[in-house]
Amino acid sequence: MVTSSPSVVVVTGVSRYLGARVAARLAADPRIDRVVGLDPHDPPARLLGLLDGVERIRADARAATEAIADLGAEALVHLAVTSVPDAEHGGRSGMKEQNVIGTMQVLAAAQGAPKLRKLVVRSSTAAYGASFRDPAVFTEDTEPRAVPRGPFARDILDIEGYVRGFRRRRPEVAATVLRFAPMISSSAETSLTRYFAQPVVPTVLGRDARLQFVHVDDALEVLHRSVTENHPGTFNVAGSGVLMLSQAVRRAGRVAVPLPESGLSTAASLARYLGVEQIGLDQIDLFVHGRVVDTSRLIREFGFTPRSTATAFEEFIQAHAAGSSLTADRLAAAEHAILDGIRRVRAAAEGDPAHPAKSRA
Amino acid sequence: MSQDEYRDMLPGHADFRLPEPSPPKKLNGRRPIPEKPAPEPVVEEPAVASAEPAPTGLDLWDRRVADGLAFLRRRLAGAYEVDEFGFDPELTAAVLHPMLRVLYRDWFRTEVFGIENVPAESGGLVVGNHSGTVALDALMLTVALHDNHPSRRHLRLLGADLVFRVPGMSELARAAGATVACNPDAERLMTNNQLVGVFPEGFKGIGKKFSERYKLQRFGRGGFVSAALRTGTPIIPVAIVGAEEIYPILADLKPLARLLGVPYFPVTPTFPWLGPLGLIPLPSKWLIQFCPPIPTAHLTEYADDPLVVYNLADQVRETIQASLHELLQKRPDPFAR
Repeated sequence: MVTSSPSVVVVTGVSRYLGARVAARLAADPRIDRVVGLDPHDPPARLLGLLDGVERIRADARAATEAIADLGAEALVHLAVTSVPDAEHGGRSGMKEQNVIGTMQVLAAAQGAPKLRKLVVRSSTAAYGASFRDPAVFTEDTEPRAVPRGPFARDILDIEGYVRGFRRRRPEVAATVLRFAPMISSSAETSLTRYFAQPVVPTVLGRDARLQFVHVDDALEVLHRSVTENHPGTFNVAGSGVLMLSQAVRRAGRVAVPLPESGLSTAASLARYLGVEQIGLDQIDLFVHGRVVDTSRLIREFGFTPRSTATAFEEFIQAHAAGSSLTADRLAAAEHAILDGIRRVRAAAEGDPAHPAKSRA
Repeated sequence: MSQDEYRDMLPGHADFRLPEPSPPKKLNGRRPIPEKPAPEPVVEEPAVASAEPAPTGLDLWDRRVADGLAFLRRRLAGAYEVDEFGFDPELTAAVLHPMLRVLYRDWFRTEVFGIENVPAESGGLVVGNHSGTVALDALMLTVALHDNHPSRRHLRLLGADLVFRVPGMSELARAAGATVACNPDAERLMTNNQLVGVFPEGFKGIGKKFSERYKLQRFGRGGFVSAALRTGTPIIPVAIVGAEEIYPILADLKPLARLLGVPYFPVTPTFPWLGPLGLIPLPSKWLIQFCPPIPTAHLTEYADDPLVVYNLADQVRETIQASLHELLQKRPDPFAR
């Protein structure tokens, strides 16, 4: 098997933040001659600057079939996987179209591309589903106990199913599936970063999920290495360590509002009909069950350790200080004020013989 | 082939002997001659540091207030660490253990034997008998281990998934170091050199009637043994006497239990007659005995052999049953001091 970098790389989903960043990074790598970005949509203006060195082809997944074979692609990076319905691109049906049908067609094209030797697919830790009988820490071999109810998690299971089929039909292609924890960074905008950026954060009553994040830069590094190096298999990508949801909300200096789960689920389904997708069933499942993965396989195989969940989250907090109310500094100030107040009252009581200081102030 | 002959053929069986029953020592009840009671294990109060010269009253209270405020500030700012199972050592030490210690020390007057059988640093699987309608025995075992063991070890309990279904309770259990009873979690904890606590009787044990007290129930399929064998972790049987009397189950209202979706609905002398007052446990005298560890490091290749697993589970069960009888002889009166 050839282990050198591929010369022609096709990246799907370049109209989105992650796809654009990956394509730009691959284009900057001197070992790669040509990077082609496939996307049915035009990237927004703020991402256009990134895509200077990338040839862009505006094509939907069906047209991509020919493009991938014609270009002589040696590596295919499939990043056109959406986690939240986007009202601009057709809501949930558009999301499913892109995730499931899109992956099916891209993989069919990959199967017919004779020169292809590498396939990298973006997946998510949502692939483990959510159940009360789940183990606390998922390894790559853990099977989901039930079909998840969240639309994104269902799509992810479908996508991974197609990749399994692809592996059977083209065993000589090194297929890498990367199951990413929710991504976070100072600049990236995802549904989760929007959630934590609100001043008042709804949580689930009586549940405190264990969360893990991965820093976007670390996700980029892992994606880049899986194109330039050879790492077939499925890998969890997450920062080590755990933050409880309540702990994360407190560290961000936000105020948590616990709501009963049944009410949240109803509100989520109502919101879906209204087209507001602030919080969906995927998020509720995550917040009820939590999701922690084992990353030792990634660290062993890639020789790379993503920064810890706490570090990644800290960087995000720094960039989103606006809107926080209960910050660590203010709490420390309050602590000093209360302590000083108590001491002053006690000192006054001690000095006054009429009120001997005997009990707690 | 008789069962004994078969057992002697099993690998590692020759090394294992049931613990010698020590001569029964009366701890309560009528005593022929006045004797000195066994010294209570001294529990150090973690809140007060005694390194500095004895503080005056004002200093002491000042420090307590300052410590309390600092704790509150850390909690509100999220400045604490939680492990991947959700275990929160700070909350456990500051809030959960002090509450349980009241029950452990003052209500149940617990005495612990054989703590030297618990490994100092390496992993171990602590297997106990389960009783008492609610799983108070698991919580008391956690406190017993933490307060008596020289290295203050935390017991990581494996709980039924019912515990993790209930909002509120699930998060409390995780913060106290428990996790769902499944082999991946048990093996992960044991390979991280943690002490894992498991009660293989499960709901059969805590939901049994008072007339069946101190009779061990079936040990399931012995999943706990295969987890120990796979990681080569020693099994430490533990016998708990006292939990059977806290809520004696006289009857089990099965139809009501089915309606509520719980494994059993107990009727005790006080529950449900006295309403919330019936939730107060009877103040029985508790004895906890840790038995010598059963090594499993030489049996790792037999983790999938059902006969080895079943027989080892049976050994553990017999050890616990024997120690239970021994402890009961030491405690003729369940409610004496």
